[in-house]
Amino acid sequence: MRPVGELAGALARGEIGSLELVEDSLARIRELDPKLHVFLHVDEAGAREAADRSDARRARGETLGPLDGIPYALKDNIVARGLPSTCASRILEGFVSPYDATLVTRLRDAGAVLVGKVNLDEFAMGSSNEHSAFGLTRNPHETSHVPGGSSGGSCAAVASGMVPLAFGSETGGSVRLPASFCGVVGLKPSYGRVSRYGLVAFGSSLDQIGPVARTVQGVADALSIVAGLDPRDATTATAPVPRYETGDDSLLGKRVGVIRELLGEGVDPEVGECVRRAANECEKLGARLVDVSLPHAKYGVAVYYVVSSAEASSNLARFDGARYGYRAPGVRDLEELYTESRSQGFGDEVKRRIMIGTFALSSGYYDAYYGRAMHARALIRDDFARAFEAADVLLSPVSPTPSFRIGDRMEDPLAMYLTDAMTIPANLAGVPALSLPAGATSSGLPIGVQLQAPYLREDVLLEVAGSLEGALGWGPLPALVAEGAA
Amino acid sequence: MVTREQVRHVARLAKLSLAPEEVERLAGQLGEILDYIALLDEVESDTGEELTHVAVPERPLRADEPGACLPRPEILALAPRADDETMHVPPVLDGGGA
Repeated sequence: MRPVGELAGALARGEIGSLELVEDSLARIRELDPKLHVFLHVDEAGAREAADRSDARRARGETLGPLDGIPYALKDNIVARGLPSTCASRILEGFVSPYDATLVTRLRDAGAVLVGKVNLDEFAMGSSNEHSAFGLTRNPHETSHVPGGSSGGSCAAVASGMVPLAFGSETGGSVRLPASFCGVVGLKPSYGRVSRYGLVAFGSSLDQIGPVARTVQGVADALSIVAGLDPRDATTATAPVPRYETGDDSLLGKRVGVIRELLGEGVDPEVGECVRRAANECEKLGARLVDVSLPHAKYGVAVYYVVSSAEASSNLARFDGARYGYRAPGVRDLEELYTESRSQGFGDEVKRRIMIGTFALSSGYYDAYYGRAMHARALIRDDFARAFEAADVLLSPVSPTPSFRIGDRMEDPLAMYLTDAMTIPANLAGVPALSLPAGATSSGLPIGVQLQAPYLREDVLLEVAGSLEGALGWGPLPALVAEGAA
Repeated sequence: MVTREQVRHVARLAKLSLAPEEVERLAGQLGEILDYIALLDEVESDTGEELTHVAVPERPLRADEPGACLPRPEILALAPRADDETMHVPPVLDGGGA
């Protein structure tokens, strides 16, 4: 499926209709989902109705903007009224949301068409999409490999052409990592830029919703619509939302900081080559390269697994079998209801995170773990502040490696956690960051590069990313899509 | 190093019941993860600042005006057991059966 901007143009010129796009999307899902397992729920009837409304608007000469009639998919931890929201967990199997996330309301008001809900690691805890209770999602570029996680469904849906636009969520890199592994553009906005009302909470000081698209313009158009203050989310930023634009192919006057610590030991040579190539292209476009340092970034993963797990252990206390979701049968009292429903309903990774978090917050360990993690988090934020004195944006890998084989990191939780070492610092500091397709391995697996900008400077981030995108070329199309592509 | 007894204690706090093989596995895995997290022991902070949250905006409280909330029947319909007015759970004290 073509990028959002092209489709919007074709819709505006009357060359295609929204219903046609939805039928294309549904056909592509029917064709490819048996191979990839991206969707947990497809809302064919709802999508066709919304597309009809969009086409009727256009027939009257009205439009709701650049996303009017554009199909999109939603990670299954973001709720939409009347649709299931499982978070890829048994504990929410069968749960149908009685309300819309603010994101969904805004997209509906903008005419976008929700096609369905896509797979994720259970409760967004994971880096490979292998931790879904309903089966893993495969990478469209190489089906023996993971799409990355936890928004693997969102990124695989866009990469395989099932939808031109999707939304995921991030706590430690869960949009950028799969975007890199799948060869699409994934944005994590600043903490508080997009309302989280209707996003199932994981790590509340870190969580943020982000768009995924084929191009920078797609995520810019989406962010322009979904960003902004929401009375229902007290952490949303009050700053006004500009109309986000992509760059004009010049980076004259821009300072691009190459993060020293993230290009050294442990970085796959082909990933390092992509970052160096991106840096060269920045320079050719007129940017000045500067060497920057994030000396405390090396503590990011450790801080993250204390902070996010501590917050998760509190947030997931609400899943208790009493009010909604799974209830264990045959229990004698309330205590057993809680314990048995949770133990039977949660998967291994979720239990592991709850255990880490509960341990870190438990009596006698709080200062040693949570207290120290908060010290280190302050130092990481200060690192970014210093780096952004020297540079307008920061450039680095998204992940030390390209996509790995299914099963490779499942027996080693720590190795899986270290997959996120380069994305986590932005979540801890709250700054916006983006994964941009920058090349591929010799075997054809996509590689993304990461750009990061100061807090609430998505305008700068998208401007630079848009310019660089033109120089790097689009991400490669997956073979199985190219074969069947019109 | 995390002992099996520690794992069982934390599981009780977290309202999880673990099979013996889960206790065994988690003792090993949590030990490895906590060993890694011990990397934070070397962090030195001059300011002593503890950052719990970034960039939460200062915002005046909204007016305390009642608004529409979700309809009760829809919420009760989500409960595993409910009647027209309340959700049902087993007795808080043991011995009631569910």
